[in-house]
Amino acid sequence: MLRHFRVWRGDPAGGRLEDFRVEVNEGEVVLDVLHRLQATQTPDLAVRWNCKAGKCGSCSMEINGKPRLGCMTRMSALDADGPVTVTPLRTFPVVRDLVTDVSFNYVKAREQPAFAPPVGVAPGEYRMRQVDVDRSQEFRKCIECFLCQNVCHVIRDHEDNKPAFSGPRLFIRAAELDMHPLDARPDRKEYAVEEQGIGLCNITKCCTDVCPEHIKITDNAIIPMKERVVDNRYDPLVWLGRKILRRDQVAAAGSDAGPKVVGLREAPVGLPPEVGSDGRLPVSEVLFDRAGAASPFGDNITFPLPPENLPYEHPSEDPSHGTSGRDR
Amino acid sequence: MTENIERHRYDVVVIGAGGAGLRAAIEARLAGRRTAVISKSLFGKAHTVMAEGGAAAAMGNVNPNDNWMVHFRDTMRGGKFLNNYRMAELHAKEAPDRIWELETYGALFDRTKDGRISQRNFGGHEYPRLAHVGDRTGLELIRTLQQKIVSLQQEDAAAHGDHEARLKVFAECTIVDLLLDHRSGGPRIAGAFGYHRESGRFVLFEAPAVILATGGIGRSWKVTSNSWEYTGDGHALALRAGATLINMEFVQFHPTGMVWPPSVRGILVTESVRGDGGVLKNSEGKRFMFDYIPDVFRTQYAKTEDEADRWYDDPDHNKRPPELLPRDEVARAINSEVKAGRGTESGGVYLDIASRRSADYILKRLPSMYHQFKELADVDITKQPMEIGPTCHYVMGGVEVDADSAATTIAGLYAAGEVSGGMHGSNRLGGNSLSDLLVFGKRAGEYAARYVGELGDNRPAVDRADAAAALELALAPVERKSGENPYEVAQDLQGVMQDLVGIIRRRHELEESLKRIADLKERADLVFAPGGRRYNPGWHLSLDLRNMLLVAECTAKAALDREESRGGHTREDFPQMDPQWRQLNLVCSAAGDEVRLVRQPVPPIRADLLALFDRGELSKYMTEEELTELDARTAAAARKEGI
Repeated sequence: MLRHFRVWRGDPAGGRLEDFRVEVNEGEVVLDVLHRLQATQTPDLAVRWNCKAGKCGSCSMEINGKPRLGCMTRMSALDADGPVTVTPLRTFPVVRDLVTDVSFNYVKAREQPAFAPPVGVAPGEYRMRQVDVDRSQEFRKCIECFLCQNVCHVIRDHEDNKPAFSGPRLFIRAAELDMHPLDARPDRKEYAVEEQGIGLCNITKCCTDVCPEHIKITDNAIIPMKERVVDNRYDPLVWLGRKILRRDQVAAAGSDAGPKVVGLREAPVGLPPEVGSDGRLPVSEVLFDRAGAASPFGDNITFPLPPENLPYEHPSEDPSHGTSGRDR
Repeated sequence: MTENIERHRYDVVVIGAGGAGLRAAIEARLAGRRTAVISKSLFGKAHTVMAEGGAAAAMGNVNPNDNWMVHFRDTMRGGKFLNNYRMAELHAKEAPDRIWELETYGALFDRTKDGRISQRNFGGHEYPRLAHVGDRTGLELIRTLQQKIVSLQQEDAAAHGDHEARLKVFAECTIVDLLLDHRSGGPRIAGAFGYHRESGRFVLFEAPAVILATGGIGRSWKVTSNSWEYTGDGHALALRAGATLINMEFVQFHPTGMVWPPSVRGILVTESVRGDGGVLKNSEGKRFMFDYIPDVFRTQYAKTEDEADRWYDDPDHNKRPPELLPRDEVARAINSEVKAGRGTESGGVYLDIASRRSADYILKRLPSMYHQFKELADVDITKQPMEIGPTCHYVMGGVEVDADSAATTIAGLYAAGEVSGGMHGSNRLGGNSLSDLLVFGKRAGEYAARYVGELGDNRPAVDRADAAAALELALAPVERKSGENPYEVAQDLQGVMQDLVGIIRRRHELEESLKRIADLKERADLVFAPGGRRYNPGWHLSLDLRNMLLVAECTAKAALDREESRGGHTREDFPQMDPQWRQLNLVCSAAGDEVRLVRQPVPPIRADLLALFDRGELSKYMTEEELTELDARTAAAARKEGI
């Protein structure tokens, strides 16, 4: 049966959706159809793939606006009538057609301190209980398809956040090492906050939703890492406040008076969604099920937040807080 | 040619970033050499991730009776005694250390109750021996080695201010030719020439040592469990550089791979489906395995469906169903049914458990198979039969290497992993592949580093004319104005290998395959890849085709020459294993694009290793002369002891 495919073709200089009529047979996945396009119509259509069994994480793309693996998206699972639109991952720069430059992920991975073997334990003498390795093993299922990185609001449309933010893939790596029974580094959580920007995560769970390995990225990795950090006085808001307001220096100088205020963030300004040169929303936004951009705080959150659920202590209730440097 | 070519100087260049390549690179870097890893795909995507079962190593964690000698015996039996005995010995001895080492890199294997690495049973292994992580052991291995490389880069960044000072990964980069230095006494490796897939720009590596770790050749078959990368690049690079391949006729086919739907063609279906009640049916609905019980197995297998069906509940008083015959028998039967026109439309047969077991039973016993078919194929195996057929899985043959050093016959060229030959003889045991990668990857890195150290100032030099010639050849498909479609040539090759050099081989079909391969070679010389050089898969395939065809010819030629059936080579016209043939390796070399084949004696197995087997077992594999000599030696040794 012939189907209508719209495939983004182009390079860093620009591109557009190209229309194809292509044969689709029963039981095929999107990657099969792209391969048929290569073999019969466009031999130079660029698409990454390797194992074709959902195990290597190479064929990440956006199908009808949703980040997916091409080899795991059955044609029968898509809308039977409309066209099938295939576009490259939006968070990363295009190389050509459906291939993007994902080196961001490798650079971030290279910055993250590696496993630190326990001192004085010889190879072959490692002893761990299954129950203790289970948690880290969940994160080691990751096939590095980078769909979680692609879908993450913090960097998806905010190029300027990339230097300070490693993304969900590397948060689960941080959690994995933190929970590794024999890892010798004690500061995985602090590193996640100070260097990887885990505090920027809004817990919207988009990463968990798209994970083809069904890793509970948010619940099992990010939230536990954030919670422990809070225990450690490394509340991201306090940390941010300290940075902005130079409270460390003030406290060191012994100043002890003034109103009790922690670093208040400016209220986020509503950003209009980016539109293309034709004045329309990008493909993936068109298919979003509600108008406008998704809430960075998650769609299940209403404001104001009930005080008992706040992840930090409210300033007015905590007399131990020192002065603010606001007036300086 | 006015093209600017990017040039790099390294001590060791590793081609391939799977288990063997990464392990080799780690070792070369630890030995202080500047090392480059070249990967056809992104870093961490290599085909090693597909390995499920585990890595075989006689650690004795589950059964303390296990040791290297038992592992060695199992490996030799599996390979029908055609293995390079020294490789099998080193592999059995060193595998445990290589596995334990991975834990120091951060690997997390499944554990035993007392906290050691758990080990599981597998076909052909006498004791539970496979270190594993669920069914994703290969992924764990790749990720662990990938992360170890990152950790070495972090050390280099601390010492030199640059992560890539001494160890760099060139992702999405393909090598098209090796460059040699012919001055001063024989050819030596001088470098490698290739292109960046992303940009299409060419790149020249000047390096005195190159390690091939490019994996297998399965992409030349229609039904395969292998990824697109498995185009036999390392085999072909070695041949063109003057090295030799051995045992190329031995290709492992698994009898039950998925054939429908097309998206999952080749993916393995576990044997336990048959063990738990699944039966094989042809398109007429007939349970055909009863027609294929060979005489030697007649007494052990059921003659009627009733008897076979009683076996599942009462195995002590009934004979086994014929679906559980050895893998090669089952594959042969499926092959015969399909060839007789009783196969399914997609060229397989039905594996049916839905009509024989309740949905609850299937879900409980085969959860991963249920999941695999449901998620990948949208087939509910509790309601529908599966369509299956033999799938190309692994090549035992490969580059001829020295067992201890992984060195090929060309100075400076090394090979490790699936691309090397000899270790597995005529048939590989499950689980021996992952340990093979680690053991010989490490050795290749170690010996390549040592070779570079011994060179001193006597480093080979690249001849620019060679690089220019390689460049011209590589550019031809994009510069033509018209020509053959590379995808069609590749599909035709897959058809030839599937139909004529498949699991069951016959003389006239093999002869026919060689003719067709020659035709395809001519067509491949004229392929046309429009669309420029930037990430152009049509161009990439055009260049891979050259390798696929050269290696396919080696397999077909060797399969035609070996007139016996052994392990991964089954000749319908010579169905028996022949002890005379056990004494011969078939060795391929290339002159230009022509393949030459010679028979070469297999070195006799060392006496102390032979002593691990009893004479009765050896008599199944060895000739009368060998046995007479063995008896004489044993008698002489006994006399000596008597004195």
